[in-house]
Amino acid sequence: MQSTDFDQTLSPEEPARLELDKVSVAYGQRQALCDISIHIPHGQCVAVVGPNGAGKSTLFKALVGLLPVQSGTILIHGRPLGHHRDCVAYVPQRDEVDWGFPLTVRDVVVMGRYGRRGWLRGPTKTDRKAVDESLELMGITELAERPIGELSGGQQQRVFVARALAQNPHILLMDEPFTGVDAASRESILRVLDQMHRQEVTVLISTHDLNLASSRFEHVLVLNKRVIAYGSPAEVFTPQTLHAAFGGQALMLGDHLVAVDQCCPPERGGMIQ
Amino acid sequence: MTWLTAPLAYGFMQRGFVAAVMVGVLCAVIGCYVVLRSMAFIGDAMAHSILPGVAVAYLLKGNLLLGALVAALAVALGIGLFSRPSAVKEDTAIGILFAAALSLGVALISTIRTYAVDLTHILFGNVLGVSTSDLVLTGLLGGGVLLALLVLYRPMLVATFDPVLAATLRLPGRLLRTLLLVLLAVTIVVSMQTVGVGLVAAMLVTPGATAYLLARRLPRMMAWAALIGALSSVCGLYLSFYLNVASGAAIVLVATAMFMLAYLLAPDKGLVFEHLRARRAVTRDECDSDEGH
Repeated sequence: MQSTDFDQTLSPEEPARLELDKVSVAYGQRQALCDISIHIPHGQCVAVVGPNGAGKSTLFKALVGLLPVQSGTILIHGRPLGHHRDCVAYVPQRDEVDWGFPLTVRDVVVMGRYGRRGWLRGPTKTDRKAVDESLELMGITELAERPIGELSGGQQQRVFVARALAQNPHILLMDEPFTGVDAASRESILRVLDQMHRQEVTVLISTHDLNLASSRFEHVLVLNKRVIAYGSPAEVFTPQTLHAAFGGQALMLGDHLVAVDQCCPPERGGMIQ
Repeated sequence: MTWLTAPLAYGFMQRGFVAAVMVGVLCAVIGCYVVLRSMAFIGDAMAHSILPGVAVAYLLKGNLLLGALVAALAVALGIGLFSRPSAVKEDTAIGILFAAALSLGVALISTIRTYAVDLTHILFGNVLGVSTSDLVLTGLLGGGVLLALLVLYRPMLVATFDPVLAATLRLPGRLLRTLLLVLLAVTIVVSMQTVGVGLVAAMLVTPGATAYLLARRLPRMMAWAALIGALSSVCGLYLSFYLNVASGAAIVLVATAMFMLAYLLAPDKGLVFEHLRARRAVTRDECDSDEGH
């Protein structure tokens, strides 16, 4: 089941499992994504980078059907959205839920199993096993009975990732999982990426960390409302594409290109010159 | 101990106790969702909005409970419609609707000769006037609401905690919300006779908020809320009997006292505990900096 032969997994013969064809998404009058066309093969691990407002979260929300697609088509395993109940898991940004909610870590991770069988039935042995494995993989087994309100930011992020893993997804979308997390949480999320790769799960991760994107990912999607570039880090991180994506935030220092990306709004973060 | 048993000698007090405890538990359990979803304002608005229904039923000499139920369901579905993004924000729309409905109700009731007495009973309840058939109806409707909440526990929990996950799991979020509003409407109507439309919001929010301070998981929070709701009802009725004050108000005041106690003394989330923890943290910091020197 677990293949360690990456080349075979990523062979060009493998049919594209996530296909976007001229996808456009708008919030009211504001165009968030224009004509996005990409084919992501089965089992690929893709870093999605781009400046604030580039449409990274919008892309993910469209992929799970949270936002209506204005035009174009999204195909997963060759079938349009809506035919998939469990196969896409989405890890939203942490601030989208109320962490004061009276739930334990385990309660949250169990939710990942809810869609599987009827909503009225309690967790089965398989469900419990999947939950335990997810907790273990994220290194939060000892936190399982703790209220979620007592967790640090990194631990909260790991709970969200564990819940997505419990869904046994074919496609895993993570929105800014590395923002504001400690080193241990960052490492356990990266470890999960390797594990997902071995299990041939397709992973898309949005990040502001361009170093991480170029060093730990085989594929990078540079987004700024449109697809600016898509390919290996060496192909993608060129002065032209970075300038096209980040505009004034891309900086030429002699022969070196520096892209200054920031996770915070400009008024708070400021640009390091 | 005769002071405990003395009120029970009266049939109207016995029925009052049963009704108050049922309503106390029902309001408290559904109230946990009201607290967690920040729906306190909606609950209050819905309670006031059923007034015109009651008034029309009264004028037509029909069943008051039935009139209230029809009005409450209409309001629940109406709020459901308003919850989509539109020109007016949801709380503004609700504010307008509920003030209008309340005014319409008062206007209708003011045409009745015994206006003051009837309005008081509807606004603040008359738990001592509960008949046996009222009790049966309260039990059936309340039991139905609790059963629905039990069956819908998992979907309602996910839709409340994480609407995004609910949507990716293809849960019908809008339907669940409307369903919760309908259950809330039934709860409010059932509570009308005990605490009245003016105070039902307190019974929805106060025990739930108290339980929120005490519990770490939702099932436990609901159990605490039910206990607090029942206890408030019983203590409130005793107070009402001996001090000769309005029963609905007495019940709500007891519930509020319990909330204040929990706010101060609850483990983890109480004010006293937080203060102690902050002091301990400060002391530790001082030690650390001493060691550093």
